[in-house]
Amino acid sequence: MMAFLSLLARNRLALGGGIVLLFVVLLALVTPLLPLADPDVTNTAQRFQRPFSEGALLGTDHLGRDLLSRLLWGTRLSLAVGFAAAIVAASIGAAIGIIAGYYGGRTDNLIMRGVDMLMAFPYILLALAIVAALGPGLLNALIAVAAVNVPFFARNIRGITVGIAHKEFVDAARLAGLSNARIILSEILPNVIPVIVIAMSTTIGWMILETAGLSFLGLGSQPPQADLGSMLGEARSALITNPHTSIVPGVMILVIVMSINLLGDGIRDALDPRLKSGALSRPMAATRVARKAAAPKPSGKGLLDIRELETQFHVKERVYRAVGGVDLHVEKGECLGIIGESGSGKSVTALSIMGLVASPPGVITGGAAYYDGEDLIGAPYRRLRDMRGRNVSYIFQDPLATLHPLYRVGDQLIEAIRAHRPIGKSEGRAKAIELLKAVRIPNAEKRITDYPHEMSGGMRQRVGIAMALANDPDIIIADEPTTALDVTVQAQVLTILDDLRRSRGLAIIFITHDFGVVAQLCDRVAVMYAGRIVEEGMTDDILDAPRHPYTARLMACVPELGGGKRRLEAIAGLPPVVDKLPAGCAFADRCRKVQDDCRIGDIPLDRDGARAVRCLYPEGDVQEAAQ
Amino acid sequence: MTGYILKRLLSAIPVLLGITIIVFLIMALIPGDPATAILGSYATPENVERLNRDLGLDKPLVQQYFIWLGNMLQGDFGTSFALNRPVLDEVLERFNGTLVLAGTAFVLCSIFGVVAGVISAANQYGFADKAITFAVLLGISIPSFFLGMMMILFFAVNMRWFPVSGMWPIYGARDFAALVSHLTMPALALAVVATGVIARLARSAMLEVLRQDFIRTARAKGVHERGVIWRHALKAAMVSIIPVLGIQAGFVLSGAVYIEIVFQWPGVGRMLVDAILKRDILLVQGGVVWVAACYVLFNIAVDVAQSLLDPRIKT
Repeated sequence: MMAFLSLLARNRLALGGGIVLLFVVLLALVTPLLPLADPDVTNTAQRFQRPFSEGALLGTDHLGRDLLSRLLWGTRLSLAVGFAAAIVAASIGAAIGIIAGYYGGRTDNLIMRGVDMLMAFPYILLALAIVAALGPGLLNALIAVAAVNVPFFARNIRGITVGIAHKEFVDAARLAGLSNARIILSEILPNVIPVIVIAMSTTIGWMILETAGLSFLGLGSQPPQADLGSMLGEARSALITNPHTSIVPGVMILVIVMSINLLGDGIRDALDPRLKSGALSRPMAATRVARKAAAPKPSGKGLLDIRELETQFHVKERVYRAVGGVDLHVEKGECLGIIGESGSGKSVTALSIMGLVASPPGVITGGAAYYDGEDLIGAPYRRLRDMRGRNVSYIFQDPLATLHPLYRVGDQLIEAIRAHRPIGKSEGRAKAIELLKAVRIPNAEKRITDYPHEMSGGMRQRVGIAMALANDPDIIIADEPTTALDVTVQAQVLTILDDLRRSRGLAIIFITHDFGVVAQLCDRVAVMYAGRIVEEGMTDDILDAPRHPYTARLMACVPELGGGKRRLEAIAGLPPVVDKLPAGCAFADRCRKVQDDCRIGDIPLDRDGARAVRCLYPEGDVQEAAQ
Repeated sequence: MTGYILKRLLSAIPVLLGITIIVFLIMALIPGDPATAILGSYATPENVERLNRDLGLDKPLVQQYFIWLGNMLQGDFGTSFALNRPVLDEVLERFNGTLVLAGTAFVLCSIFGVVAGVISAANQYGFADKAITFAVLLGISIPSFFLGMMMILFFAVNMRWFPVSGMWPIYGARDFAALVSHLTMPALALAVVATGVIARLARSAMLEVLRQDFIRTARAKGVHERGVIWRHALKAAMVSIIPVLGIQAGFVLSGAVYIEIVFQWPGVGRMLVDAILKRDILLVQGGVVWVAACYVLFNIAVDVAQSLLDPRIKT
């Protein structure tokens, strides 16, 4: 509760709305105690007094009644009716929703059919029909407004109740022999109350508006009693000659409804956990770059040369160091594997190159990525966009999520080409078919009109590859392209990639957590752990003799066909959280041969030709020492 | 597609029946009896009884309903006693006015709402986002009838840009220009609330979509940010925006009642309010059923539009 209130208070707009609303409510509460003129006493001699005239602070209306007094009494009435309607609608709606959701089956079906019927009416029309039946009057307007809002509550609460009714604690209560009424009151109700509060806070403004509206039409409060709506309705005939009589109640409605809406939004945000973490930020067109130091010089190696790359995620005050200084390069026609567990920073490294890390929260805080001598980190967006897909293209993991669900695959392929050069309709079609054929999709002419959901996973990933090939790039970055596929399809996709690489001289950066894939495809491999490279070398060398304990353990996790009897060993523990990296070796806590000095100071990547390892006691050395 | 439309039309039949039942029940269960309302409280008991018989009100409720429904299906909605003319004629004539007003407002709120929402999401936390968010808050908080009155005061009386009220000039040609000048203010006043609601939803739908993987794919292909926002993201966001457009159409259609009163617009809403105040039950019944039925049909059109947009919906 305190956390909720402080969260609410942090939202300045909601706080402002809350203060204004509190003020209005207090004013309405003390109205009978204030020294005001009688709101209903007419004095036609004093009609249409301007505001700030003597004896009438806000002037008088068409019958000479004091506007300030009428305003406060009207506010009192409008608030009372609005809140009452909200409470009635919420109670009845919640009761219906809970019953439908809890009992389910035929009860649920019958009730929800009725609710759907009511919701098929245009909102205000139903209220009009109810008032037509009951006759004009404030109480009847209240009933009408409450009634038309009942379906909304019923439907919302039912949805939540259905979710709760099958939870373990409800089952437990049922098994304990509690009556349905007891379960609803003690188990269900407490859990739906936040939802009721959210729904009420977002609709109460509406209900005040609607009751005011009915009164405005002359169907609500009847003279001499007046709420804000009927004040406005009565003032309408004198709108042009004496606008103040309209403006006074109108502005009051606006102020009340707006403050309620502000507060309601604040309550919703405070109760909706998704918004708390700021997760709903939209990623910008390119990752934000905020380098703390000048870009490091190119190493002169490779077509793509990544130098000391650092990418972080800034979430509120916490800083997650996803990539903490990575050096990598890839030659023309070479296949480089990057391997590591989930969260090791391998994908973030790859996405950083073309500024595709979601930002916010991602920030590239240091390093450089030279493509043919040109630094891509911090390159202007126009340049980056121009190179995306044309020089460096990506293949992503889950092709169902990464292809646009509402565009035909052919159109998505043509668009990839059109993003970089104008292309006619028939030429585009021909090129799309050619691309699909290149990734061995049978019946390519027919498949280009398919939507992604009409294809199998393997076919979709081939489309993903075809899209990456669309502009004949030099480098393809494949981010776990086979992880979501089953094994036979995996093998086909890998073969396609390997063939394409050989026939087109493509450089491939292949990101995976699977050593089997690395062995099949990659010339060279880099092992990442907690945002840094811990070992690097030619694939065969590493597979033959891993030097970093982490690499060795990672390889021991992979079952091998025909590898004989061998214990499959999981690595105990989890990778460290990258906002609290330990000093020294990040793997120390999970390492079986950790020494005290592993935890002191930074451990450099010890390079020897193509081979490099970041460990004080690499595997080979220990074995030698033991021998 | 034709099959899908037919299927949706068939599934609307129970909803339409439900609507007639609800309207009939609301009207049938009213306290007091309509004959007294029609004849006034000084009517003789014999006259009341005769009128009750003429209206069929002495029969059992179920029978009354089916007679009423059967007549309606044959196009006989009864006769308005206050206007002394067939209900259907009056409703159809008035519905034209409402359709022009609400239709225009619906087009306006759909376009403005979606565009504002997209701009807001694309510039999240930027100046445009804050300005739009504030305008939206103001828009959904202001009573449309008050806004309409203020528009009359400012744009019609002070600036003299638009006529104060009505659908057509009292004298002069009933041409398109005259209609536009009469329509501008009421349509805008009616559109404001719905624009706010749609903009809000469009913004959050866009933010949701912009975080999806296929947006990253579009960017990785090198698609221009304009294309990413207005084609890739908006198309996907429309899947959740379109149902809300359908709901807002209902608000616009029924909210027109306030605007019709404020701007003296000849529409079904104003007719209903008059009929309610005169307790002209048949006219209220007929008007409500007609508008609700049109709204149900409109929602089928919305569903069809949705299925055209989203191929994953089985048609």
